[in-house]
Amino acid sequence: MRNNHKTHKEPLVYITKRGELPKLKAMMIKAIVILVGILFCALVTILLTSENPLKVFKAMFTGSFGSPRKVWNLFQASAILLGISLAVTPAFKMRFWNTGAEGQVLIGMLATITCMFYIGDALPSWLLIIVSLFASIIAGAVWAGIPGYFKAIWNTNETLFTLMMNYVAAQLVSLLIMYWVPSGSMVLGLVNSSTQNGWFPTIFGQKYLLNIIIVALLTAAVYVYLKKSKQGYEIAVVGESENTARYIGINVKKVIIRTVLISGALCGVMGWILAAGTDHSINSSAVGGNGFTAIMVSWMSKFNPITMIFSSILVCFLQKGAGEIASNLGLNSSVGEVLTGIMILFIVSSDFFVNYSIHFRKKERKEKQE
Amino acid sequence: MKKALSLILAVLMLLSATLAFASCTESKDAFKVGFIFLHDENSTYDKNFIDAAKAACEALGLTEDQMILKVNIPEGAECYDAACELVEAGCDLVFADSFGHEDFMIQAAKEFPEVQFCHATGTKAHTEKLPNYHNAFASIYEGRYVAGIVAGMKLNQMIADGKITADKALIGYVAAWPYAEVKSGYTSFYLGARSVCPTATMKVEYTNSWFDIALEKTAAENLIAAGCVLISQHADSEGAPKACDAAGVPNVAYNISTKDIAPNTWLISSKINWEPYMKLIIEKTRDGKGNEIPYDWCGGFEEGAVQLTELNEAYAAPGTKEAVDAAIAAFKAGTLKVFDTATFTVNGAKLESYMADVDSDAAFTPDTEVIKDGYFNESADGLRSAPYFDLIIDGIDAAQ
Repeated sequence: MRNNHKTHKEPLVYITKRGELPKLKAMMIKAIVILVGILFCALVTILLTSENPLKVFKAMFTGSFGSPRKVWNLFQASAILLGISLAVTPAFKMRFWNTGAEGQVLIGMLATITCMFYIGDALPSWLLIIVSLFASIIAGAVWAGIPGYFKAIWNTNETLFTLMMNYVAAQLVSLLIMYWVPSGSMVLGLVNSSTQNGWFPTIFGQKYLLNIIIVALLTAAVYVYLKKSKQGYEIAVVGESENTARYIGINVKKVIIRTVLISGALCGVMGWILAAGTDHSINSSAVGGNGFTAIMVSWMSKFNPITMIFSSILVCFLQKGAGEIASNLGLNSSVGEVLTGIMILFIVSSDFFVNYSIHFRKKERKEKQE
Repeated sequence: MKKALSLILAVLMLLSATLAFASCTESKDAFKVGFIFLHDENSTYDKNFIDAAKAACEALGLTEDQMILKVNIPEGAECYDAACELVEAGCDLVFADSFGHEDFMIQAAKEFPEVQFCHATGTKAHTEKLPNYHNAFASIYEGRYVAGIVAGMKLNQMIADGKITADKALIGYVAAWPYAEVKSGYTSFYLGARSVCPTATMKVEYTNSWFDIALEKTAAENLIAAGCVLISQHADSEGAPKACDAAGVPNVAYNISTKDIAPNTWLISSKINWEPYMKLIIEKTRDGKGNEIPYDWCGGFEEGAVQLTELNEAYAAPGTKEAVDAAIAAFKAGTLKVFDTATFTVNGAKLESYMADVDSDAAFTPDTEVIKDGYFNESADGLRSAPYFDLIIDGIDAAQ
């Protein structure tokens, strides 16, 4: 074989798959790629803004770590993103393309706000919080369950179906706000602001600590469910190959519907946290794109809940940094977003360098002459 | 298990290290102002505020380090968080520009009584009665009335030139939401137009969005197709002016001059200039007199808060400039009232009494008599600055 090929020119660059790398080496490669990413960001910063890149990086850092409150806000934002990432993971691991987390979380929020709005005075706060939780779980599960059922029974395209459900949820929120706020301002404001009924209590004086604790518990639960339970195994098998799953006697339809319901219910829980623990209000864009960012976090972390902790903190760190660049250096906020995009691109591509090695054509002519 | 434990320990260490690091930064001595904006400069609404904030800071000699701008802050807990972060960064005054920020600003104002919080377009300062929380607006309805005069004179010119008959003087209005601020705006514009062109009527189309280029363009096209011969708007994009330029229909815009966007059909725009208010709150806070900032501030022509952009004299009817100047002078002198009940009817009857929902409450109950000395007392001293005129008067077709 080799002899036949000798007449052909070798390509300038070619790529081969690596075998399993030792963990340390894999980490090293990732670190180097990320370092190159940072340097590239610095270059882009100089070219775009002629600011000192060190100043920009410092601003990014203070955006998340500039004060204790900023650190809390970072962890709060990360907890929300992490929770939604966890919620979409079972579905994606099963290769069910749930692009509807945005709507499922929103409808969960709506369920909680509806409870706070109508029975806010009838129940004690703790009971209202629990009732809201169940309402949100049901709402989220139904919102995901409808496309899930159609997928399992008629094999409809779940990507489009779940995506469209986002718009239905947003319009439903607008409709209810229009109904609740007859002045037409389309702003609901804080619900139960005087009584704080249905609001999460502060713990040790921290508004967001309970949110973070709940998401930490969710992380552990999803980890155990996916890695240690029989159902988690079934999800993995259905995701790899439906035929294999059928062959070994898994009821694929049942697994799809069950998993999608769980995914939606978890989104509902996150909606509950956002409504009762964070915003205490709602508008049609209250989830703020987290439902889509979560898909990226989940894939970036290869569906591993522990990795997701770091990925979501990283993404939120970059987002807050981008905002800080805009406010502290007077740059347009798009500059921060460009840098965030570059960093994420490098982080995602670092996997490529772990899995593949790149070879350059060696200078063979000299060897021939000798 | 070991792995999990070490992970938790690592996170805890990181957390404590950052907390320790964080607590020793950020100085608190210099006077600082923080601003919260819903979007960035790409939105005309926010750009109007951002420009005013920068101009006011510059005029008062504040350095760049003394002002912090936070853009793209949504109307949720993020607003409260942003306000608190600004306070922690040493701000003595925090300003927010969007209606939906209000509750979160009040939340922060209660937590930091030593810091002044000012909020544009809000309605709750006069009922919350916090010494450090204030609302502001401008009597833009007067500006719209003057812009309406420009429109009415253009209609008269079109009638005189035989382009339309007097009964076809139909104005189209692209409106954001059926909300008092918007209704007050289009009613004053219409009354201004009708004060010079008595046969003028108006058709309103809502976009149900504050900013949507495509929807606003379509709405303007629909209105033109329905026979409207002049278009104005209360929505934040250039969609409607562009549609007018394409159709050759005269256009009156809002907050920005559309000279470059609609070069053939622009007439004039009314505009809120927030710089006087920004100056007032910065000066008062800097001098330690933050409690002197009124609960509600409503600037008009006199304060320079309401302005009209350049008039397209080549396109407007002859004599428009003089009429505009006369109207502005009359507003400054207090002799002209936009909502004079002798000039309009509601359901065929003169308005003798009207209870408006001035004080915010959960049930939206009308609570205050606002007809005074023969006019509807909009944005009145002692009531509140944000508009509450929410009637549909005869001559306006605002069916949704």
